Amino acid sequence: MKRADLLLIWVLLMAVAALAVAPWIGPKMLSPSLLWSNEDALDATILRGIRLPRVLTAFVAGAALALGGMTFQALFRNPLATPYTLGLAGGASFAAALAIQLGLSTSFLGLSSVSLAAFAGACGVILLVFALTRMRADFSTATLLLAGVALGFFFSSMILAMQYLSDPTRTFHMLRWMMGGLEGTAGYRDLWAVLVPAAPAAAMLAALRNEMNLLTLGEEWAVGRGVALVRTKALLLGLVGWMVASVVAICGPIGFVGLIVPHICRLLVGPDHRRLFPVTLAFGGTFLVICDTAARTVLAPTEIPVGIITSLLGGPFFLWLLIRQSPSGSSL
Amino acid sequence: MPDAPVVLRVENLSLTLGGKAILHNVSFHLHGGEYVCLVGANGSGKTTLLRCLIGYCGSYTGRILWWGQCRSTISQRYLARRVAYVPQGEGRSAPFSVVDFVMLARYPHWDLFRSPGPQDRQAVRRALQLTDSEHLAERVVGSLSGGERQRVCLAAALAQEAEVLLLDEPTTFLDYRHQEDLRRLLTRFNRECGVTILAVTHDLNAAVLSGERVLALRDGQLAFQGAPTELMCPDVLKRIYAAELILTPHPTAQLPMVLPSVPGELS
Repeated sequence: MKRADLLLIWVLLMAVAALAVAPWIGPKMLSPSLLWSNEDALDATILRGIRLPRVLTAFVAGAALALGGMTFQALFRNPLATPYTLGLAGGASFAAALAIQLGLSTSFLGLSSVSLAAFAGACGVILLVFALTRMRADFSTATLLLAGVALGFFFSSMILAMQYLSDPTRTFHMLRWMMGGLEGTAGYRDLWAVLVPAAPAAAMLAALRNEMNLLTLGEEWAVGRGVALVRTKALLLGLVGWMVASVVAICGPIGFVGLIVPHICRLLVGPDHRRLFPVTLAFGGTFLVICDTAARTVLAPTEIPVGIITSLLGGPFFLWLLIRQSPSGSSL
Repeated sequence: MPDAPVVLRVENLSLTLGGKAILHNVSFHLHGGEYVCLVGANGSGKTTLLRCLIGYCGSYTGRILWWGQCRSTISQRYLARRVAYVPQGEGRSAPFSVVDFVMLARYPHWDLFRSPGPQDRQAVRRALQLTDSEHLAERVVGSLSGGERQRVCLAAALAQEAEVLLLDEPTTFLDYRHQEDLRRLLTRFNRECGVTILAVTHDLNAAVLSGERVLALRDGQLAFQGAPTELMCPDVLKRIYAAELILTPHPTAQLPMVLPSVPGELS
């Protein structure tokens, strides 16, 4: 397994390189001379006050979404699972759209009402899912998956109805929010708003890597090896839900990172979550940093929503994945 | 082994799923070091019974006592250190290499801060040796043949180093030679290492030849429990399977064996 260890180091180096290079790139290219001279105060402010926190936020968000996708793909034993599979993005979007429609302007800890509403909406969906699993003890993960899809459709039709009844400015605002992106993030406050809730959840997920390995082998097999199934599943659901809710609140429902990154990483280092976890974390972060850099640079001074870039890269990859996938579904 | 301590005691176990009674008032016990076979027609509740014993089932009534302790009060991890369960058909399309797959069965022996050590690696090597599957170590589990997978699954259970093995049809998918090998291995494990075995099987002949005691389920109820010789009589078998079976003595073991009837020949 020398190759996998080399790849792990390679991915980690790539992450460091992306974090080091991305803040200098943008509509205004910054000169490396900023590192040793103090002559351009504006550029220094752009670098330290705007670019650096944004790049770091993108890294944290990408890592959290990718880890969420990886965990759900293991939990549901389904290669198509994403962190939004249980309708989390739908709930967040609906609540955010509602906040926009009502023109709420309260804020808490410097976070906007839309962010707060999105966070509440996402948490609401997690609680709803928990309630569903409580209602029937024999709720299988397959049923849970279908319930999540149904919830997602329910929320998207509620959003459509709201957009239809709303005025064009608000509709555009809702639409823009749902594309996801980082251009709305403001400095270190948003970085902390994502990092502080997500980091402990990710650390706890890291402690559950053996359980994820056993769950990919099937629930019955995992129980036979000593996994406390009900508790472990609830923990994984709750941790991913919490982590992804905090990302979605700040960055909106950025798509495809949570679907494609775990798959790329599995192709690189194999199915063992002990190695897959750090690689997915680093690769997810790197991927979103690169996509966000492209989003703010390609059509500068106009920004493209990063959700469009991730999907532009993600769509073709997804098709390729479907074509090369063997009939036995051994990609997971 | 009537003097051996009781490992498992099941009292009035009943389980209902979707309004249908899957198990009804099942009571039996297992002594340490016993080799017990569980037989019964399709859908008679054999697999559900094993699942209840390990804790993968809905809510049941009655009591399951492992070493005198109620199943629901034992942590799953602690139970897995003493009881290894090999389900039917799961974990078969696993993307892991055989050695990683078997290593994962060491899970109950780890804690948050302990990762696989030399002791675990030795247990895995020994389990692969015993099941004659060392040469498969680097293969991916999903790419193995049915028989190879069955042996690898058993290797995982052995690597778990439990005192009790719960096996759901361990000889399915195996050819005659590998069936024989596996039964010989289980018997050896039972006799030499004192491992208690409860195995579900459809192969009555094998159950009679290897088991010390046979339990039979019929429509979720315990229809028979006793020595293999008592099982192999037409009345008992008719009660269990609702079918007439042809019996003939084994040439060396002097036990009655079941033979398939000739197709087209009316009984």
